[in-house]
This record gives sequence, C-alpha cells and structure tokens, in this order.
Amino acid sequence: MSDLPKGKLALYWAASCGGCEIAVLAINEKILDVAALFDIVFWPVAIDAKVHDVEKMPDKSIDVCLFNGGIRTSEQEYMAKLLRQKSKVLVAFGSCASEGCIPGLANATSRRKIFDTAYHNTPSTENPDRVEPQTQTAMAEGTLHLPLFYETLRTLDQTVPVDYYLPGCPPEAERIWDAITAIVESNLPPPGSVIGAETTVCDECKRTRNEKKIKKFYRTWQVIPDEDSCLLEQGLLCCGIATRAGCGSLCPQVNSPCIGCYGPNKGVQDFGARMMAALSSMIDSNDPEEIDQIIRDGIPDPVGSFYRFSLAAGHLRRAKVGSRG
Amino acid sequence: MIDHESLRIGVYVCHCGSNIAGALDVEELTRFAEGLPGVALSRHYKYMCSDPGQELVKRDIVEHRLNRIVVAACSPNLHEPTFRRAAEDAGLNRFLVQMCNIREQVAWVTEDKADALTKAEAHLAGAVRRVAGHEPLQRQFVRIVPRALVVGGGIAGIQAALTLADAGHKVVLVEREPSIGGHMAMFDKTFPTLDCAACILTPKMTSVKLHPNIKLLTYSTVESVEGSVGNYRVKIRRKPRYIDEDLCVGCMQCIDGCVFTQAKFSNAFDQGLGLRKPVYLPFPQAVPPVPVVDPEVCLQIARGKCKQSCVEACGERNAFKFDQQEEIEEYNVGAIIVATGFKAFDPSVIEYYGYGKYPNVYTSLEVERLLNAGGPTGGKLVLRDGSTPKRVGIVHCVGSRDANYHPYCSRVCCMYALKLAHLVREKTGAEVTNCYIDIRTPGKGFEEFYNRVQNEGVQFIRGKVADITPAAGNGDSPHLPERPSGCLAQMGTVPFSGGLVMQVDDTLLGSIRKVEVDMVILAVALEAQADAGDVRRTFGISCSTEGFFLEKHPKLAPVNTANDGVMVAGACQGAKDIPDTVAQADAAAAKAMVLIDSGQIELEPNTAWVDEEMCSGCKTCISLCPYQAITPDEERKIAVIDQALCKGCGTCVAACPSGAAKQHLFGDEQVNEELEGLMNYV
Repeated sequence: MSDLPKGKLALYWAASCGGCEIAVLAINEKILDVAALFDIVFWPVAIDAKVHDVEKMPDKSIDVCLFNGGIRTSEQEYMAKLLRQKSKVLVAFGSCASEGCIPGLANATSRRKIFDTAYHNTPSTENPDRVEPQTQTAMAEGTLHLPLFYETLRTLDQTVPVDYYLPGCPPEAERIWDAITAIVESNLPPPGSVIGAETTVCDECKRTRNEKKIKKFYRTWQVIPDEDSCLLEQGLLCCGIATRAGCGSLCPQVNSPCIGCYGPNKGVQDFGARMMAALSSMIDSNDPEEIDQIIRDGIPDPVGSFYRFSLAAGHLRRAKVGSRG
Repeated sequence: MIDHESLRIGVYVCHCGSNIAGALDVEELTRFAEGLPGVALSRHYKYMCSDPGQELVKRDIVEHRLNRIVVAACSPNLHEPTFRRAAEDAGLNRFLVQMCNIREQVAWVTEDKADALTKAEAHLAGAVRRVAGHEPLQRQFVRIVPRALVVGGGIAGIQAALTLADAGHKVVLVEREPSIGGHMAMFDKTFPTLDCAACILTPKMTSVKLHPNIKLLTYSTVESVEGSVGNYRVKIRRKPRYIDEDLCVGCMQCIDGCVFTQAKFSNAFDQGLGLRKPVYLPFPQAVPPVPVVDPEVCLQIARGKCKQSCVEACGERNAFKFDQQEEIEEYNVGAIIVATGFKAFDPSVIEYYGYGKYPNVYTSLEVERLLNAGGPTGGKLVLRDGSTPKRVGIVHCVGSRDANYHPYCSRVCCMYALKLAHLVREKTGAEVTNCYIDIRTPGKGFEEFYNRVQNEGVQFIRGKVADITPAAGNGDSPHLPERPSGCLAQMGTVPFSGGLVMQVDDTLLGSIRKVEVDMVILAVALEAQADAGDVRRTFGISCSTEGFFLEKHPKLAPVNTANDGVMVAGACQGAKDIPDTVAQADAAAAKAMVLIDSGQIELEPNTAWVDEEMCSGCKTCISLCPYQAITPDEERKIAVIDQALCKGCGTCVAACPSGAAKQHLFGDEQVNEELEGLMNYV
C-alpha cells in the first residue's frame, strides 16, 4: 500500500456525539498506516486547520472526506457543502451522517420544544432571564454570531450527494479499516452503496433460532435472558433480524438485545417499518385486544425502539420543512 | 436499477369501442403518454385486443425496437395474457408488459370526462414508471401430482372415484362414516325406474374397494389442505375403528360374540329406528365390510372391563386393537373433488307438523329405512306399535319453498314422495294421500311415473298442510315418551299409536279438508351439511347463500370452483337427484383429468424469492407462509422458498426484516416507481 502516492484525507464532525472520532482512533496502531497513506488535511478534533484553509483548497483536491454527524445547524450545512465541493469521495461516516441516529430522534418534536427542554424545563436548568441561543447578539465589542439551529435534523445525503456510507454507532474499527483499504485499493462498490456486509446481525449471532412466536415483550431490566436461545424469541426487542451485520453481534454476545445501530440491510428503505412488519407477524395472538395489550405493555416507546437510529432517514418525515430548516 | 438511457416504452391506449373512448379523451391521453419518461411511442386504437391491435404492438416492437409495453385498456384479468403473448411473439419477454386498467378503474367509475382523463393520466404515469423497472422473467412450470382426492363416499364420490380410477388415475377416496354408500345406500328403490338402490349401488361400492387405483379411507376426515392447484398436501384424520382393517375378514363373528346378547344402541344409519351392539356394521352391504366399535358404549374401551368375548370370536385373526389411536395420514394430490353430499332437513323445528311429538309422524328418510329390505324391519312398513298403517299421508315441501326455512325447491321431493306413495301402496295396500303445493316432474320419465302413481289410486290434494293433530278420541296420550338421546323412539317401545289428522287448504276445491291418517310422511328438504362452512374453508372454496358450495360459473363452469384444483359434485353443490349427481360426478372427474393429464401447470410469475446473501435465517417468515412454501436450510442458515408452492401473496416479503425476501414484479423499485408516478398527478 505504501508504494501508492499519498492521498489527502479530511475528517469532520457535525451533529453527533463524538464517538465516531474516537472510533477512528480505535483502529489503534493502524492510524499510523493511515498517516502513511494520507496527508490529513483537515480534522478539527486532532489537528489545527481552519475552515478558511479548506475554503482555499482547490475543488476536489481532498481525496476522501469521512464526515460524521447529521445536519442540525446552518454551520454544519455549510461545512457539508464545502467539504462536498472540495472532496472527490464523500463518506457518510457512522449512523448520524447516514441516517440521523439519536440526534435525529428530535425530529419527533420541534425546535421550540427542544429549546424549552434544553434551556428552560429541566430541573437542573437555572435560566431566570430565559436566554436562548440567538444567531446574532449585539455586544459592546461588536456582533456575535451563532449558527442557526434548524427545525429538523437532516442526514448528510439529504443535504449533499454522498458517495459511500459507513454504518454503525460508531462504526467498528475493523469495518473502518476495511473501508479505508477498499478506498485505497479502489475496490469499492458502486457509488451510493454502503461499505459493509449485506446480511443481518443474526448471521453473526451464535444463538439458536426457531420460528418466532411472542406472547410478551420484556424490557431489558425485567429479565435475565437465557444465553443460548434467540433473544427475540425470549421477548426481548432484539433488532438483529433487521440490522446490517458488521459489529460481530456485540450486544447479543453479552446477553443484550441489538438496538439496530448498524442500520437497515441493503435495499431496505425504512428500518422501523421493517421491524414493525416483522414483529407484528410474530405476536402470538389473534385477539385484537390482547395484541394491543402485548404492544402497550412491552413496547412503551415505539419510535425510540424502532427508529432509534433512523428517524431522520425513514419514510416517516415531516410533510413540509420550512425554508429556515 | 433502472437504465433510463436504454428505455423504449410503447404505450397503447385502447378505446374499447366506446367503453373507454366515450368516457375520456383517448387522443389527449395518448399525447400525455408521449411526454412520459422513457416512452418511445404512443398510440391509440379502437380495440387493442383484436388481431389488428395485437399486430400493431408486435410490429412496433420489431420496427421501433420497443423494450417495454404498456397497454392502457381493461383489467389485467381479461387481457394481460393476450398482450404478454403478443409481446412474446414479437421476441420481447412477456413480463415486460404492464396493463393499465383505465376501463374498470377509470372509465366505468368516473362521470366527468375531464376527471376521467386526469385519473387515467395518473394511472398511466404509474404504469409507465413501473414497467421501466420490470425485469425479464422465465416462465416456470411445475409437474402436477397425478393423483386425485375425492371427498365423500356417497354416489357422487363413488362415481367420480371410479371414473378417474377406470381411466388409470390414482384416487384417494375419503369418507367420514364407517362405510361408503351415503344416502343412496339408505334407499330401497330409486325413482322413476324403481331400480333397487342396493342392486345398482353395491356393485359400485365393491368396485371401489377392489379397484387397484383407489385408496379407500373410511371413518376418516380431511384435516387440512395445503399447497395449490396441481400440488396439494392433504392431511387425513383417521378415526380408530378398534378393528384392524387389514386383519379383519368381515366374518362378523365378533358381533355375534359380543357380550351384549341383544342390540340395544341406536343405529344412526337406520335413522335411529334400528338397534345395534357396541361392535356393529352400519348395514349389511357396508364397504369395507369391517365392523366398528363404538368407544362410548363398548365396555372394554369405556370402562376397561369386559371379558372380551368378541376378541375370542375373532380368534386367530386377531383383528381387535383396543389401543388404536387416531392417526393422521398425508397424501399429495393434484386435484380434489368435493362430494360431501347433503343433510336431510330436521322437521322438528316446524312445530305444527308434530315431528318428534307424535310418534306416527315420520321423515321420508325414516320411511326409506322402513321400506328397505335390509332395514330395521326387513322391509316391512309398520308403525311404532308394530301395526301396519291403513291410511298414509305424505306432506310435500317440508322445509323447501318456505320463506321460514329454505326458499329453494329441493328438486327431488316430489319424485321421492311419489316413489314412497307407490311403495307404500305396493307393500301395504294403504290409502295414500299426497298434499302438495305443485307437483314438479321435469325429468326423463318423471311425468310418466306421476301418471302411473295417480293411476295406482294414490290421492292428491293440492294444498299446503297447515297442521297435524291427533285424531279425535286419541287425544289422551298422543305424545312420545322421553326420547332417548341420539335417536328417535325405537321400534316397538312406544305403547301408543294413534291416528292423526292432516288439515289442508285444498286450493282446487277451495275448502279446508281434514284427512285422517295412521301415518304421516314428511317429504323433507335437502340442505347443506351442517359443517359445510368448515369444509368450504378447508378446501378454499365458496358457499352460496343457502350454504351449498358455489360453482365457478352457474352455466359454463358448473363443477369447477374458485379454487382452480377443486371440483364439486353432487348434492353438496345443490339439491339434485341420482342421475344428475352421477352426471356431475363424471363431469368433475373429467375436469380433474383435464388438470392431471395436462401434466404441468404454469406458475404465477410473481413468486417470492430469497436473496441468499442477505438472508440470515432469522426464521421470521417460516410460519407466516400460508402455503408452507418456505423451509429453513439449517446448514446454510437461510430460508428457502419453494417456487412451485409460492402463490405470490407477498406476506413473507412484507415481514422479512432484513429485506432478503423479494418478489418478482413487486420489487420495492417497481412498487415505489408506480406509486410516485400515480402520486405526481393526484
């Protein structure tokens, strides 16, 4: 690999938790190989480069940009567009950039309600002047600017065209290395593809599976599951059946149900709808009232359970999004 | 992925005479189609389904190198095969054709011409965008299982089974009673020829038993039917006889040997008029000639305590198996003939006829048994006190042609009532009075038979019997004693036997008449079997309002049903007499042979399939398939769909959490494109 001419790599962090940045470092000593293969031209979390440095770069001069995080603010939108313009290959890195992830769950509510909660209503908030973020604030020293907080979180590809997707919250180190290798060796799937497996977590799960009939759903704190049989069959809402493989079934391995962070399998457009369609076929009752009861008791938060990672990308979206986001 | 560059879609708008052209502007619709993505040419024509219409499509495919076809015309049920064939003739894969139904779904249901055009445009845009995503598919055929299942061992089932078997086809015949024969085996004579029923039926019953091509399963019911036309998997529940059919030689010594020296249990075959032992043969000519043990009254089975003199009588043959259990047997069949027959109407619900209340009111079926030489009285017509009736009244239309019970005419009652009148007169010399609404004799030799019976001195009163009451002087104790459960009062056990009066409004005389008789015979209706609804569900067919099984078309497909591989024959399809039943059974057998002899059947193209790479074998789909077409491959950890069994319902496709189950012609892309095409114009 080292014989190849050195490429230019950029990494960026938008609306996300920062876990993806750490995930890049989780490739451990291989980060040195990355450094040997690429000049890292922009990576705010690790190296000192400014936005104006990027602005000055010629278009398409960055070979690969790994972009994590969704688009929640005007600044993030600007950076997404800028990096798209400057990069040959733009990778939606991790669940937030690919499908919105946890920040995308806020799409179930509004900017107003988010601000109410964040700046006023939590018990630990002390904000007697009811201060909220303003895009412009006049101070004695001059006007201060903050990015506009949009009404809706959008995925990266709802903002700019994306070449590849790397799923996971965060992506596993080995899959990151696989992706880097694929990029370096130009061994990539057709543009628009997810770089990853084309099967589900069940494929990597060692548990015994049977035909599924569920009489009652349990939340994780309610039971200690049997370690050998399928968690879903035990009534735990394991999303492994619908979730793309790639993690090595980490959660089921430690007796915890898959929460779906690797997103839907190839070609599936709406993860939550898939899960719901599958589960509704497993509930072991023909009595509508009993079915309602099973769902009410066992799945108190359907959006959080089925769209934890994909609300921003799924088919369930706001009918209209205002011009200011 | 759709390759938009290479798309060359031909759109054809059909006028359907004035059906479509009268309801919307077909020329405007054709112009609209020209502007849709991928459309290379667009035409309209008076009758697309006509030869010139089809030729147009064929010529264009060749001359204009069209690679997709949309025909905006009628329902795909009508002409999809027509245009698929036309496309194939011109060298285009037949599945690259999409029908756009602008007749039933637009022209016929939209009043305003402008609205109709807008609607048709939306449909057409959907169809054009959909067909762009179609992929060429191979036609698939599957072998038909060369075996038929016949359900019901009455004359219909017997006839159908023999016809099929004589033509060299394997048949499984299932009968729920211990013997085949059905209602016909209960009759003494048949109208209008007065053939002895047993003489013409029992040879057929024996042939069934002996036929190398027929597997006879009596005392058995069909538990479930899976699969589809040409390939059904049938589960048959076999009730225990407690006697091994293979070991029993039919010597009947066990019946003689039974610890019960007297028969004391009601024999259902004799309508409760005769008695049997715990081990019994329903009637002497029963096929198979193997006795049955009634587990409710057999001391050994019910109480586990008996000296088992029957087993002793059986001796070395060793046929008794008191530990026999219910068993399920499985058979694969290609075609099914349902011939489950009818049930005789229970007249006790018509209180004013006094059935069940006055001992000398009988149903026609009871009288059939009394008249039958093999019946409980050896063919002697006697009243419950053993005396011979001197005056007999026959009431027609009991439960038939009556808005309170069955509005339909049961078709056979007039003729069997005439037959009973003849037999009663012949055997007893009694005076017989028929009370009828109309005499219906529209069959070969029927009217002649009616004349004959009239000439024999049988009386006819045109009028509906309004009431049956005890005759004067007989009012002291006209009632039956408490009826033993499961059967009517038994012969010779009722002390009272009094005369009865039939009150009838004689519409020819215009006066009320009271006719005193010793015996009343109620000519009861034929109705659907009590469990016809369950049977209907088991075989995936329909019932008409009166409960009989519904044929596919009342005139042109009288033995076919909505389920392609299931035929109906006999009285389960509607009341009918023996000749009609036999003819229909032969017709059903012929239809079954048409299916089986065709050897193979084309599968629906829209079957589901599993992308093996994407499937992780989570087993969500396995139990969902209504056709049992999906099996798990444990080694490869995937689900496998049997293309021959899949009917393309799409259940697994919808439920598959990994998106591995996909469906031909209903891929996400095809469906989404069609929806988007539609929605853009709504």
